[in-house]
This record gives sequence, C-alpha cells and structure tokens, in this order.
Amino acid sequence: MTNEELKTQLSIIHTSLTFEEGGEWINAVVPATEWKALALHLRRHGSFLFDYLFCLTCVDWKSHLTMVYHLTSTTARHSLVVKAKLDRNRPEIPTVADIWRTAEFHEREVFELFGVNFTGHPDLRLLILPDGWEGRFPMRKDYDDPINMIKL
Amino acid sequence: MYRETEILQEPDPALEGAGDMVINVGPQHPSTHGVLHLVITLNGETIKKVEPHLGYIHRSIEKMCESLSFRQFIYSTSRMDYLSSHINNHGCCLCVEKGLQVEIPARAQTIRVLMDELTRIASHVLWWGAMAMDVGALTPFFHAFREREMINDIMEETCGARLTMNYMVPGGVMFDLHPNFIRRVKEFIVHFRSKLPEYDELVTNNIIFQNRTRGVGRISREDAISFGCTGPTARGSGISCDIRKIYPYELYQKLQFEEIIEHGTDCYSRYMVRIKELHQSLSIIEQLIDNIPEGEFQAKTKAVLKLPKGEFYSRVETARGEFGVYIVSEGGTTPYRIKFRSPGFSNLSALDHMCRGQKIGDMIAIMGSLDLVIPDIDR
Repeated sequence: MTNEELKTQLSIIHTSLTFEEGGEWINAVVPATEWKALALHLRRHGSFLFDYLFCLTCVDWKSHLTMVYHLTSTTARHSLVVKAKLDRNRPEIPTVADIWRTAEFHEREVFELFGVNFTGHPDLRLLILPDGWEGRFPMRKDYDDPINMIKL
Repeated sequence: MYRETEILQEPDPALEGAGDMVINVGPQHPSTHGVLHLVITLNGETIKKVEPHLGYIHRSIEKMCESLSFRQFIYSTSRMDYLSSHINNHGCCLCVEKGLQVEIPARAQTIRVLMDELTRIASHVLWWGAMAMDVGALTPFFHAFREREMINDIMEETCGARLTMNYMVPGGVMFDLHPNFIRRVKEFIVHFRSKLPEYDELVTNNIIFQNRTRGVGRISREDAISFGCTGPTARGSGISCDIRKIYPYELYQKLQFEEIIEHGTDCYSRYMVRIKELHQSLSIIEQLIDNIPEGEFQAKTKAVLKLPKGEFYSRVETARGEFGVYIVSEGGTTPYRIKFRSPGFSNLSALDHMCRGQKIGDMIAIMGSLDLVIPDIDR
C-alpha cells in the first residue's frame, strides 16, 4: 500500500488517530491506552500485516515523552511510524512484547533509560545499567550526574 | 549484576527448578568475543534458558551524540560496530544528507560502495576464522587474518586508520583515493579468489564442522521476523531482508549481485550465507574497481551543518544486518535525539529462543553463527 492508502485505511479503522506531517512515512499518533488494540490490528489484519518492528525508541520533549514505533511489513513492504504521547511524571504504555518479540529487549532498554513503565511486560528489569540504578533515567534531558556526566 | 554460580547438590523435587544448574558464561570468556555475560540455566547438559546481561561497555553513545555536531557524531559510530565502521559511518552520512538534501558526486558514491564491500569482506573473513575457532579449529583463524591484513593495509593507505576509519563525511568522503589503491585492490582480488576454495576445503566441507552446525540453533522464518533478526542471521532462515536490494542506496541499484537466501534455518545456513556473500562482495568490487569515475570526491557543504526541523531515518546493510539511524532535529547544529538501531541487539535477543533445548556446547556454535560484536549491542 502507498502512504496515502495507508492513511485512509487507518483513519477508517481508528477514529482517534491523528496524523503528523514530516518524514518519509506516515506518522500516526495514538493515545497510549489504545496502542495495544491498534498494534494487534496492525499485526493481524490482512491489509496491513506489519510483522517487523524495526525500531522502538522514546524521545524526551521536556514537557512529555513520545514513544516511537517503526513498523514495516515484510510481505507488502509498506512502513508506518506510530507515536504515543506519555505523561512525563507517570509514563505508562501497554507492552507489545507479545506481538513483536523484539520489543522485549527494546522496551527494557527504554524502561531503564527513560523510565517508561510497560504494563504487562514479561520481564521488566534493568538490561544495560548496573543493579541499584532505579529511579534515575540517563537519557532524559534533565538528567544530571555531578560525577560522570556524559557530555562532550 | 554478577550472580554467584549456584549448584544444587541434592535435587529436591519439591523445590521449583530443582536439579537445575545456573552457570555464568562471561563477562570474560573467549567465546563471547567481548564482554558479554550470559546466565545459563541448565538441566544436565540441556539448556533451559539463556539470559544475556549487557552493559559492560555501554558508553551511552546516543546521549553523547546529543552534544556533538552533525559532522562530529558520525565518528562515534565507528566505535560501535568496529568491524563494519565504514558502513556505520555510511548510514549516518546518508541520514544527514537526507536532511541537507545534497547530491553526492559519482566518484564519492563509487568509493563509498567499494569501501563498504571491502569492509564486509574483512568482517566476514574475521567472523569465519572466529566461528571455526569457536567450534574447535584454530588454523582457519590464521588464514582469515592473512586476508584481513591485506584489506587493513589498503584501508590504512587511503583512510589513515586500520579499524576506526572515519573516512565518510556528509557529502562524500574525506580524502581522495591513494594512488596505490586500485593496484592493491586488484592484487587482493586475485589473491582472495585463489584462497576462497581453501576456505571451503578447510571448514565448509569439514565433516566435524558440519556435525557441529547442521540442525543446531534453529529459528523459524516467522520467529526470526518477530525477533527483528536481520542480515545473514535472518537470511539463513529464508527471509529476504538485504537492504541493498529492498531499499537500494547509492550505487547498489545499478550493480549486479545476488541476495543470498538459505532455507536451512540452522547455524550451517547462516554460515553458508556469509560464505556466499564473500563471493558477491568480491564481484561487486570487480565491477567497480575499473570504473571509478573522475571528478570530485566530496560535495560542497557548509562548514557548520544545520538539519531542518524534522525526523530522518536511514538504513544500511552492515556485515551483521540492518543498521538504522533515527535523527530528531530541532533545526539546530546538534541532533535533539539520535537512536541507533543496531543489528546485534536484535539478533542477540533471539539467542535464548535458539538455545532452548540444545546442549551447552552447541550454544558456542550458535553464538558464533550470530556474529555478535559487543560494542554494537551495548552502544
């Protein structure tokens, strides 16, 4: 499907989606609570079949956090970017580790670096950071470490 | 993070997990090729679970890049996957160029592709030696280093470095080719062509090697996609995922080469993909080496680069798989946020799935066939 077709199809099935301009792909913004239902639909529905989650990350916008999911279909070769705004003080979004297994590691990484709580994640523990790091999120913009700040 | 090895002496069926043994492999273990720490749960010799512990060389490159300019941050990516540093730099340059919308001169494009393929050969050759060493054959490692040295010498002459080349810049490459480059690459092609049958004799057709790798570490097509496997790991499971073919960048559209896909889904298939890719890379170099166009090696760009506000994503095929760069720009001279989608990170996440039910000795072969580079995983 082309980007335009994707956009029309998506706006039919999910009325709460909004679209952002920019980039080479369609940027769909979804409320965090509805992400799981949309993800299941995107993975299973015959006209989408997004089976490959190739990038999962988070961006700290100082006022809020944005989860960014890059999806593509290995059969139909179309791609889509889904974004979800999260509250910075209590970031919470349902996990998609049961839909795309690669999300398990990527979500653990985002969990420790940004402090996003993925509800329903099978194994939400620190992955890269050492034990006892909980409560400080190094990739957030306001993170400050008086001893060893990573800055060049 | 480090866990004591606990051995339950007397198995008690009333206890959950009785009879299981937890073993730490690494962080300093020769077969992990770096500081990777695996906590393995065993039942006898059969693996029940593999749990990777990462972060021993986490340098937070993504955070570092937020305070580096669009010219500077490219060099930190050489330190991620140090065996395909050219290709990592290439991916970053493509992303910056996408934002700047500059045309790359034909000469620079050719040089870039040549360097990419030489890097791919160097990386695959080193992997070939290391994989054979993992399953118990030491000699191939020295054969591999003989060829790798030749490529490193070629790189040293043109780029001035042997490992972290930092040769690509937004708009082209940093210097023109060394006058000896074409002659030495041609010498290398002749030499390597004569040695490739030796590779097959030594390892590929070796019955011990085949017994160690055939039917070991299976991952089905669907699982490999779900785990986000890319590169030879995924192509060994029958997935067409070569970025050079699906989303061609630079010259790859005009070149004659095949995407290697094997359907065995085991370690041997992944091995065969890489061995056949050596031939393909060699043929790409042969097509280009006599046809390097004259002209500029670098497009004119401003001294201080500013990317327009927006998001940019580009991907390239490294020796290990799909390397993606995601830049969020606010219109300034430094990126607001950078994410590197490294192939090793996703490939490693499938390790647990591949190892379950296998013997502990097979785990070493499986890890070898994944071609893990730890700095690429930790970033």
